[in-house]
Amino acid sequence: MDLDFSPEDNAFRDEARGFIAASYPPALRAKQAREEQLTKEDYFSWHRILAAKGWAAPSWPKEWGGTGWTPTQKYIWSEEQAKADTIPILPFGVAMLAPVIYTFGTEEQKARFLPGIRDGEVWWCQGYSEPGAGSDLASLTTRAERISGDDGKEYYLVNGQKTWTTLAQHADWGFFLVKTDPNVKPQAGISFLLIDMKSPGVTVRPIITLEGGHEVNDVFLDNVKVPVENRIFHENQGWTCAKALLQHERSGIAGVARSKRGLERLREMATTERGDDGRPLLGDGFFRRKVADLEIDLTALEYTELRTLAGESSGKGPGPESSILKIKGTEIQQRLTELVLEAAGHYGAPYLRDMPHNAGAIGPDYAHGVAGDYFNTRKTSIYGGSNEIQRNIIAKLVLGL
Amino acid sequence: MDFSFTQEQSMLRDSLASYLADHYSFEKRRAAMATADGWRPAVWKAFAEDLGILGAAFPEDVGGLGGGAVETLVVMEEFGKALVVEPYLETVVIGGAFLRHGAPAGAADLIGQIVEGKAILAFAHAEAQGRYALNDLKTTARRQGAGFVLNGRKAVVVGAPWANHLIVTARTGGAQRDADGVSVFLVDKAAKGVVSRDYPTVDGRRASEILFEDVAVGAEALIGPEGGGLPLIEQVVDEAIAALCAEACGVLRRLHEGTVEYTRQRKQFGQPISAFQVLQHRMVDMFMQLEQAVSMTYMAHIKLGDAPAERAKAISAAKVQIGRACRFVGQNAIQLHGGMGMTDEMAIGHYFKRATMIEGQFGSVDHHLARYEALSFDAAA
Repeated sequence: MDLDFSPEDNAFRDEARGFIAASYPPALRAKQAREEQLTKEDYFSWHRILAAKGWAAPSWPKEWGGTGWTPTQKYIWSEEQAKADTIPILPFGVAMLAPVIYTFGTEEQKARFLPGIRDGEVWWCQGYSEPGAGSDLASLTTRAERISGDDGKEYYLVNGQKTWTTLAQHADWGFFLVKTDPNVKPQAGISFLLIDMKSPGVTVRPIITLEGGHEVNDVFLDNVKVPVENRIFHENQGWTCAKALLQHERSGIAGVARSKRGLERLREMATTERGDDGRPLLGDGFFRRKVADLEIDLTALEYTELRTLAGESSGKGPGPESSILKIKGTEIQQRLTELVLEAAGHYGAPYLRDMPHNAGAIGPDYAHGVAGDYFNTRKTSIYGGSNEIQRNIIAKLVLGL
Repeated sequence: MDFSFTQEQSMLRDSLASYLADHYSFEKRRAAMATADGWRPAVWKAFAEDLGILGAAFPEDVGGLGGGAVETLVVMEEFGKALVVEPYLETVVIGGAFLRHGAPAGAADLIGQIVEGKAILAFAHAEAQGRYALNDLKTTARRQGAGFVLNGRKAVVVGAPWANHLIVTARTGGAQRDADGVSVFLVDKAAKGVVSRDYPTVDGRRASEILFEDVAVGAEALIGPEGGGLPLIEQVVDEAIAALCAEACGVLRRLHEGTVEYTRQRKQFGQPISAFQVLQHRMVDMFMQLEQAVSMTYMAHIKLGDAPAERAKAISAAKVQIGRACRFVGQNAIQLHGGMGMTDEMAIGHYFKRATMIEGQFGSVDHHLARYEALSFDAAA
């Protein structure tokens, strides 16, 4: 039992750190510092630099551009990215769809879709949830019926509504769960379709979330014609793909490295901010107890993640402890934003989203946007299978209840 | 990076678990607790002679098996699962650590006796007024000739009724709460002037209030530097806490498993109560506390060799999580057992009692949060 990194691991850490320092776009860094809304091009700019380096899709099979890194190296990479405050690579294509394609897709589908995902050329969105199908995802009702087109080819005619579709406003393509057989038990009648978002009949409507941001959308599908060859895996067996995808969502979901960085920022902030007695807020007994509690919980989560990682590295696979990563990780992210908002005091209130950037600062820079982060981060215990659903899953699969 | 156990460590675990399954059932434990002595010297002898665990964590040159903190972790976790009351923590972990780190004259000899199962040690550090502060001492050791004379009173010295040696903290200088002036002594339990009042503890151990009345010891009784013993005490107590965390993991596992098992058997409203979502979620929350406690226990053992401030911070962080897990898992285990959880006849309540005592042993959650804060914030500021 030890926590030693091998000389190769340490050399890799140096390489990763050096690469980020040399290659991360300064313009992007400046925009992040100003908390500006990032454009599609902003998101892709870092992705494409990584793709050129061959590091955009570390977990993929090597033949499609995976790096062949050990779990420890992947962990180091995620740590270094968090330390450097890089923007994350969006998960929809690289982390969520691609594993479904390289696991269940045909050779033709792999060749057609994987390079665009890897190279940051095609933006993907996820069409899973519906107004009537959230935690009970299998009850979805978006209907796909087989038709023969005028060109003699086979199509699905898709009708329905998807919702909470993250960043669909930028999406070129989407992967959708649709009902191809409504007359069997819900899980057995679902198929996995790839839909070009420019297809006639696709409408994206923004949903503004409580912090004022536009991140998620409704997607309306109105007689959308989708070629049959855009279906991944067999008809009516899309649930198999969906379940596999949820497993891929787990790795890195704890967000330990980013939370550690967030905690550092909180401590800096609470050293500058003053408590009621005029001393640094971090000296206030009540406040610092909350910070200490959070720090200790994060340490426990970090070691739980390291145990998972060590299990993966040894080839034994993650143990039962990995099942708690999503719940604990998101709880900690939420508590962090709570404390940051508390620390900001009065200057949590100003709402500057619609103000011009040159209007002049109000309050300290570090307080800008902290209320928005707090409100926005409430989503983390809801998405990816709500934390209540996670408890159902642990009860069933880990405790055997 | 590695969180696995070596083949030797796994064999140690298996042989100990198998011995405890045969010789340390809940009923046998209960019967031993009801005797006048309250423990089983025969079990201790088997630990020494059949299993060799009393020497598992000592270096080979003093008769040990050359293991270290991880061997202690393995032993303590199994002891937690079986609620072992014998004084391994006091004798091997704490006594052994004072002898190894403090290296007084005759240390090798006494370690040899520990490994053979002949020497039993207890740690007399707490005082009624001092709460968890290791430096709050009214007990004094006054120079007399080449040696010292001890006077004072020690509180709740666990395992003392079974011990033949006491490790005693006392002031050789300074004021009651000073960091300087603290010294450590090895005292023969049978020495003239050692008066003890023995009693059972709520978790099935035995302890003593011990009065030292002009107890004369030689210069060789001093462990570590005269007046500069506090860093040594802190190091040993940190090692004891790491071991205690491992014991807690064993206790918590049994509390959790026992609860899952019970809710599957207990039927109400025509179905096993484990089918109720509200209870499932509670048991998942218990499971999360347990897993986080296991993670922190590993962390604590990995960091035991770090510089004192880093080590202390890690140990306090771990003890906070362990203390919280003991309370949450323990209380909910009783709650989910319903009325049966309230009975003396079921093992679950006895695990709860041990978990509750571990919460406070060597410092409560509040104590360790404060210690963590001082190390994490004040040092940085």
